[in-house]
Amino acid sequence: MEQTRIPLVDLKNISIAFGGIRAVDDASVDLYPGEVVALLGHNGAGKSTLIKILSGAYKRDSGAIFVRGEEASISNPRDAKKYGIETIYQTLALADNVDAAANLFLGREIMTAYGTLDDVAMEAEARKVMGRLNPRFQRFKEPVSKLSGGQRQSVAIARAILFNARILIMDEPTAALGPQETAQVGELVKQLKADGIGIFLISHDIHDVFDLADRVCVMKNGQVVGTARTQDVTKDEVLGMIILGKCPPGAIPGPGAMQIAA
Amino acid sequence: MTDTTSNVPADRARTTELSPIGRFLKATEIDTRMLGMVGALLLIWVGLQVISSLRLGVNPFDFDSRTFLTARNLWNLSVQASAVAIMATGMVLVIVMRNIDLSVGSAEGLIGMVMGFAQVHFLVKAVGLELGNPWIWALALVIGIALGLLIGALQGFVIAYMEVPAFIVTLGGLLIWRGAAWWVTSGQTIAPLDATFQLMGGGPQGAIGATWSWVVGLVACLAVVLLLLRGRQQRKRFKFPLRPLWAETFLGTVTCGVILGAVWIANSYPWPIGIVRRYAEANGITVPEGGLFIAHGIAIPVLIAVAVGIVMTFVTNRTRFGRYVFAIGGNPEAANLAGINTRWITMKVFMIMGVLAAISAAVSSARLNSATNSLGTLDELLVIAAAVIGGTSLAGGAGTVAGAMLGALLMQSLQSGMVLLNIDTPLQNIVVGLVLVVAVWLDTLYRKRV
Repeated sequence: MEQTRIPLVDLKNISIAFGGIRAVDDASVDLYPGEVVALLGHNGAGKSTLIKILSGAYKRDSGAIFVRGEEASISNPRDAKKYGIETIYQTLALADNVDAAANLFLGREIMTAYGTLDDVAMEAEARKVMGRLNPRFQRFKEPVSKLSGGQRQSVAIARAILFNARILIMDEPTAALGPQETAQVGELVKQLKADGIGIFLISHDIHDVFDLADRVCVMKNGQVVGTARTQDVTKDEVLGMIILGKCPPGAIPGPGAMQIAA
Repeated sequence: MTDTTSNVPADRARTTELSPIGRFLKATEIDTRMLGMVGALLLIWVGLQVISSLRLGVNPFDFDSRTFLTARNLWNLSVQASAVAIMATGMVLVIVMRNIDLSVGSAEGLIGMVMGFAQVHFLVKAVGLELGNPWIWALALVIGIALGLLIGALQGFVIAYMEVPAFIVTLGGLLIWRGAAWWVTSGQTIAPLDATFQLMGGGPQGAIGATWSWVVGLVACLAVVLLLLRGRQQRKRFKFPLRPLWAETFLGTVTCGVILGAVWIANSYPWPIGIVRRYAEANGITVPEGGLFIAHGIAIPVLIAVAVGIVMTFVTNRTRFGRYVFAIGGNPEAANLAGINTRWITMKVFMIMGVLAAISAAVSSARLNSATNSLGTLDELLVIAAAVIGGTSLAGGAGTVAGAMLGALLMQSLQSGMVLLNIDTPLQNIVVGLVLVVAVWLDTLYRKRV
């Protein structure tokens, strides 16, 4: 891989504070096309917050976001979507009372020539994309609340890939899934990678991460402990980063790395 | 890749064997909840007919003119239900978004007073229009609607952008607008109102007559048929499963039957003898032996309510705005993350509610032919009750405009029926209160089972 490539996304020195708590403190991370970068850390380490800044749900206090080398102004979810940034939230963020098609197109409805909702066209599109993800899915007429956890997850994933995402953020995408569906998501991630999409993967499951990610980025107390290519570090070393903030030799240390008294 | 969909078994729990009724409901895609409401309404009507007949000692099937199921009673019922039904359509959206509007009755009162003041004093004395000028009617209504929009915008702004709970804001509104209504004329009643304005309230003049009623009915039937055909065409366009032909025919026939039946009832209610005599004298007609039969036809307030219902149904089901209202009600956080401007939508919903309160104010003040500062007192509770009886969930995210209108009709039926049976007002309130609680309880049971 050539080193001069422009990163798809470059988050530089991002900080945000809620009240007195620095949820994200001077964090930098980048992502290249066709790459999966896993964000790891304890609950409250700041990974979800960092990612919500990228997806427009939170507004950063300082720092800059570059998309394909150009500075991007992202202050709400609509802005992020304009840059091709799609997010699968841990909570799925589905409107439970409407059906799958309405959720897939929420905020981006297909309209008829008269300016009314084109439900039939949306359902047809929904059938297409759901057919790709989960061929057995048939419950297009029912509100999402009637679906199983896995089915809801596929709706959330389908929504993210429906609109030609270039950058995909997956926050615990397999948390609600069984083994078979988890494998399906793994397949999907590989397929999307092959299409040149860059993926931020937030996960607690370190095995998942080593299977899917090209690089890991570990956060602790809002700061980046270090970034490493998965082949350069062991699982134990990554655990050490998560728990102790100890940066192994194979990783590039960040501002949050434990300072070894020398 | 999409080809794989056809030969893979559907991913759902095994469907139980459907009974013939189940198959019928599935084929016609009738909302069983709505069916239940219609059933309840019919039950109440039949019950009141039987009770009112037994009290008089007549056969319920003779449809004696003093019993419940008479053209006159049903016609009046529909007129009386209009004002609440109009506001209930907006309350559905408000409640679907997990808000509440307690101020609609007071807003109705204030707007009624302002419209009354405008047509009797302001437009005549300050603007200089002659009494009876047909513009007075339109201008007064425009002033009222603008005021409603303003009230709604104000409350909506405080709720959406200043983040004060809707309950508190509209509770404040309940007091504020009622007080303001008193202030318009220091509590004096304004009567009589402009003659054209009065037409919005019904009465022999405020109905469109037999011929036009049939025209309206036939146009409505035509629209129903066209809608069914269009729906079928749309499904064909994307090769979706179609409803069986017999189900489509059945739906069309029943809907048209109900529409034409309603027109027939409205056309069976003749003008009172005195008005016919005056009308005959004025137009130089000799009244034949046995009286002249001039039908009321559909009342204008009912037409207004139906038009409002159609527009609001369209808005909720077919526009982006309506979709967002439901999405916000289902999951505000998700709607926000999807890029929906939830605050602006909230404000718009309250603006719509304000406009509907203005239309209701016009209808009810026109019906009473006077504007009083007590106009619409306690209407907010009737409106909320109508919406809730009509299946709007107070938890948000669920509700239909048609259901709310049926709910309004149901409550008005109970109330009119009890008046007909000479039941005391306190007992009437007790019954209405009980019905509200029982209806919501039944709905909870229904939702658990489905």
